[in-house]
Amino acid sequence: MTMKPVSFPIVIVAVAAIVSGCAVADKTQDIAVLAEQAFKDSFKPGPGQDLSRLEQDETQRDCSIARANPSEALAKAIMARESRNMAYPEGAKLFGDWKAGAKIFDDGFAYRIGSFIPNKPDAVRGGNCYACHQGEAKEAAFGNQGPSLLHYGKLRGQSDAIVKYTYEKIYNARAFNACSAMPRLGHNKILSPKQVADLTAFLVSPESPLNK
Amino acid sequence: MNRQTCIALACGLTLITGGANAQKADPAVAAYRAALADKDGNPGLLIIDKGEILFKAVNGPKKVSLEKCDFGLGPGILKGAYAQMPRYMADTNRVEDLETRLLHCMVTLQGRNPDQVKAKRFANETRNESNTEWEMIVSYVAAQSDGMRLSMRQSHPKEREAIAIGEALFYKQVGPMDFACATCHTATDKRIRLQALFNANDKGQAESVMGAWPTYRVSHNAMRTMQHRMWDCHWQMRLPDIDMASPGTVALISYLTKQGDGTKLDLPGMRR
Repeated sequence: MTMKPVSFPIVIVAVAAIVSGCAVADKTQDIAVLAEQAFKDSFKPGPGQDLSRLEQDETQRDCSIARANPSEALAKAIMARESRNMAYPEGAKLFGDWKAGAKIFDDGFAYRIGSFIPNKPDAVRGGNCYACHQGEAKEAAFGNQGPSLLHYGKLRGQSDAIVKYTYEKIYNARAFNACSAMPRLGHNKILSPKQVADLTAFLVSPESPLNK
Repeated sequence: MNRQTCIALACGLTLITGGANAQKADPAVAAYRAALADKDGNPGLLIIDKGEILFKAVNGPKKVSLEKCDFGLGPGILKGAYAQMPRYMADTNRVEDLETRLLHCMVTLQGRNPDQVKAKRFANETRNESNTEWEMIVSYVAAQSDGMRLSMRQSHPKEREAIAIGEALFYKQVGPMDFACATCHTATDKRIRLQALFNANDKGQAESVMGAWPTYRVSHNAMRTMQHRMWDCHWQMRLPDIDMASPGTVALISYLTKQGDGTKLDLPGMRR
């Protein structure tokens, strides 16, 4: 077997490219390790602290490294994983009470901890949805981090498919958008399945002021 | 206009903050500034004056003031020190922001217990508390760099490392909200309710934030430091209290300072 001789400068360039590529990769790896250590060293146990909240799950880890912009393959894997992180209310009643949902939409959800200004641990949590989404027309102080939900049901109808999608999107947004900015409200136990069903009704129901 | 009147005005404005035009950043603060016409009306100036008294006051078991504290330019040199922080400090062999250095001086010079200092780090705005000793002294030291250009040093490997760690932490999603700093602070023209969110990847927006801290928060009726801001964001992310002067806060501040590198400090700042 004969090999075509490769000219010396090309070999040097190739080796240099490989070495520098490795050096960059190693450095990124080092920084990730150092960042984890720095993070760990930045929280202390004590009254009002819950250090279990500092543990990332696999999806948070993936989305952190991807800076919320995953490759198509990674996004698929995350969405497949998160679609299994789904739970439903008793009797699979995904369409709840829109009046209760209206309140949940506006209620701040608290859940803050620590020793300075913690919220009451047993307080019923809301969704604080209007902090990021426009809801019914009369609420002016809405945020725009997420899309407007005004006329959500009016635009989409009330089919079973829409109800199911809406419930699941609120329960676990990352089943549909891998590194969504929207918290996994149901999966992360901020809202109960019943509350998610109530929000679903508030968004979808023709009687809801959101669709007027 | 005397300063007492200004403070009364600030209290009044707290109630009307958040107005019709939510898209424009902080219209109430702009109106407030215009009403006061010049920076001499910033209530933070009073807090800086108190900070100077506390900085020069004898305190701690060693019964000394902080006047010999070395913020990187030599013991007692305050002019321009904050504009070059965070920075690597040879004596502690780590990168420190202004507040981490101040804590170091309170412990080493004055012999104070760091846990006691940290226990009363911020005024609680929900109880309308006055600024703490901590916030006042930080505001005073930082204000000695007013008008200078903020610079994130990158000459020492640990300074470059702190920036890289801070960047990694900025994108780290964690906690029951699935949030990272980046979730709210990498897009332009976004807001939570009516509160505009700054984009750390936009040079101009990063500069406007980094050049205005420590800042007088009208809605808190208090001066706020960058360490408070780090704590506040983590608290809003529903995480435990991030420790004051911790490696994570210093790294994040290093990264943010790099994003706002070169901005002219306009201190004390003022925000909603």
